[in-house]
Amino acid sequence: MQNEQVKLEEKKVVVFRLDKEEYAIEVEQVRSIEPLQPITRVPHTPPFVKGVINLRGVVTPVIDLRRRFNLDETDDTSTTRIIIVVAGEMEVGLIVDAANDVINIPVDGIEPPPEVVGGVMADYVRGVVRLENRLLTLLNLEHVLSHHNQTNKIEETS
Amino acid sequence: MDMNKYLDAFIDEATQHLQAVNENLLLLEKEPDNVALVQEIFRSAHTLKGMAATMGFEDVADLTHHLENVLDQVRNGQLQVNTPMLDTLFSAVDTLEQMIEAIMKQEESGANPGQIISALSRILDRGGAKDDPEQLGNEEKSLPLESSTILQAVDEFVLTVLTQSEEAGFHIYYIQVILDQGCLLKAARAYMVFQLLEREGEIIQSHPPVQEIEEEAFDFSFQLLYVTKQPMEYIQQIILKVSEIEQVEIFPISVDELKHSQGQKKMSATEEVAAGKEAPASEAPRQSSRSNTPSTGAGTKRVLNKTIRVNIDRLDALMNLFSELVIDRGRLEKISKELQHQELMDTVEHMSRMSSNLQDLILNMRMVPVEQVFNRFPKMVRSLARELGKEVELIMSGTETELDRTVIDEIGDPLVHLLRNAIDHGLETKEERRRLGKPEQGRIELKAYHSGNHVFIEVKDDGRGIDRDKVLKKAVEREILTWERGQEFTDQDVYQLLFASGFSTAETVSDISGRGVGLDVVKNKIESLGGSVSVQSEPGAGTTFTVQLPLTLSIISALLVKVKHETYAIPLTSIIEVAAVKKGDVRTVQGQKVINFRGKVVPLVSLEEVFEVPGERVDEDVLSIVIVRKGEKLAGLVVDALIGQQEVVLKSLGAYLNQVFAISGATILGDGQVALIIDCNALIK
Repeated sequence: MQNEQVKLEEKKVVVFRLDKEEYAIEVEQVRSIEPLQPITRVPHTPPFVKGVINLRGVVTPVIDLRRRFNLDETDDTSTTRIIIVVAGEMEVGLIVDAANDVINIPVDGIEPPPEVVGGVMADYVRGVVRLENRLLTLLNLEHVLSHHNQTNKIEETS
Repeated sequence: MDMNKYLDAFIDEATQHLQAVNENLLLLEKEPDNVALVQEIFRSAHTLKGMAATMGFEDVADLTHHLENVLDQVRNGQLQVNTPMLDTLFSAVDTLEQMIEAIMKQEESGANPGQIISALSRILDRGGAKDDPEQLGNEEKSLPLESSTILQAVDEFVLTVLTQSEEAGFHIYYIQVILDQGCLLKAARAYMVFQLLEREGEIIQSHPPVQEIEEEAFDFSFQLLYVTKQPMEYIQQIILKVSEIEQVEIFPISVDELKHSQGQKKMSATEEVAAGKEAPASEAPRQSSRSNTPSTGAGTKRVLNKTIRVNIDRLDALMNLFSELVIDRGRLEKISKELQHQELMDTVEHMSRMSSNLQDLILNMRMVPVEQVFNRFPKMVRSLARELGKEVELIMSGTETELDRTVIDEIGDPLVHLLRNAIDHGLETKEERRRLGKPEQGRIELKAYHSGNHVFIEVKDDGRGIDRDKVLKKAVEREILTWERGQEFTDQDVYQLLFASGFSTAETVSDISGRGVGLDVVKNKIESLGGSVSVQSEPGAGTTFTVQLPLTLSIISALLVKVKHETYAIPLTSIIEVAAVKKGDVRTVQGQKVINFRGKVVPLVSLEEVFEVPGERVDEDVLSIVIVRKGEKLAGLVVDALIGQQEVVLKSLGAYLNQVFAISGATILGDGQVALIIDCNALIK
């Protein structure tokens, strides 16, 4: 019950790195962080859908976040992780360059996204958080995932 | 007593009884003079009343009581079965169904039993007369009812059990065993008697209770309530085989008699016995031999099965766990093949066999006869036909065909829709039929049967059939296609238009079909179950809708194939054959590659191209081809290698990737990797 007080002011987020920037997802939306594992390609899906993995018996789709955000592609490294996130009924893995931090951010420290945020479409961003010497982009997970359907339709009709 | 524990059982059984009443009422409508049917209905109603009273659902018990009164007069010949009466009885059952449903949902029922009760009472008033005093039987020696504490101790649950046994053609005996005064090991003797009896039937209750008997806490006699198919003399003999038994007394009893002896103690003893005599007599028509001697009981149709009710969630959980086991089995098989270690191979092989058996068992446990879905149709068809002023005969067959519970749960609504469709759109009106020289009564056949790994359900009517031009006209109106294009359509193509969204052939939107759902919904639903639906029609002679369904949704047999470095699974059910074709034998027809397969021209589908598989193309002289089918149509899928047949567990791709072209799901292979399952239907146009 003491947490109640804390919650009002702070939000727990999982911080991950993509390209040169740091992003954050609310910890409630993260189910687990997995090491990279073999991915099965699924044909006729948008390019950013890497495929599906076997997550302890559950077939889980995996998204390449770099491609989703139109960033340059790089090779996987030893720090590459798959963050399993949950939004509504969807359970999806996000491939990120590194994920190792869970921190508290002050809720009133979240600022609205600037017009252009390091190339990432503003729609995917819930806000930015300035910490002492870091700048975190708080993702709007629902939008990151939901745009899939639109893109998919365009691909199918084209 | 915690009633909630019994609530599920009550609802289940109540539903079954109501269903039985429904079915028998429908039969009664055809044979109003069949007293045996009335007897059956009465029995179901009576059991229901008892159950409801025990559970404290007074309103259900009350309504059933009134229902029973009417039935009682019918079976005594004081009332004649007629249509208004049947209507009232049907609506009484409807009301009861609503009440039971409300109990199930734990909400107030909107049903108004008062109205129907007074309707039932009016029937009785019209009938007038009071109960006939029941006839006396005199050749049987009378039962020491007053002295038998066991019969006084029978509770409603035992009564229910007994009622069911009686319905299943078992005899119920009251047995009194008196041991020899010199008997030393009373408990052991009693135990031997119990043992022998258990072999031939079931001991329902004993007095004193078993525990006391085991502790020798009884004098030299004990009483049993026993059900069996064996004749009395036989039972007496086997008990007497046990030594140190002085006397065995056996009396046949009936449930009615028990109830009388319990509830209405003011009744005289002779009447009680009489009531008991009456029931077995009415039992007789149920037995195929129509014989009155109880000794033929062993040949009756139903056997009392020992069953246990299991929550479907638990079975689902078991199934899921088993799926994991199947995956591990695949993994083990792979490892043992690689290691070539004899002992390991033997063990794995044994394990595979065992788990296959286990798999069959678990799947079977989830199988339910389609009867469960079908049995609500007769009444629905009856009321629908009345509503539309049509005469319809519904003929059902193959109701014992079994399907996985998950499929059963989903298939009801599509079938309801197809039946409505057949009655409303398919069958002509009475006048029309007369004009066409057809019998006024339309005919709808609902047929289920097994074939391979599928169950087929047919809904067939003998109505007007599908008017090709009408369908095309409608399709043009709805701008689904142009008239010119429609002319080139084959009949099958035209029928498929019926499944286009927002399509309806009804001239006027009727109450029945104007519910905003079309056949497209039916098609989608069935396809989501991994099935398909097709139509055959002959103008003037009728239409048949055929629904094809998989037996189960969770584990399928599949052929694993390689396309370059990717592995795919093709459901065995769609595969006709696997063939190797020389490259030179591939022909091209209008730009489409085809092969000649057993005299048929079969188009080739390159999985590599369809799935845009990355990687170098390897040119080989011989192509591996998997011939698959969708209905009558065939196609040859070109693959790079065949890995082998395997049982795979169907998994969905998840909510994010719903609907991927030509992929129906995924499975996990022995090495833990995910392989996609190909939806052959999507690949064949």
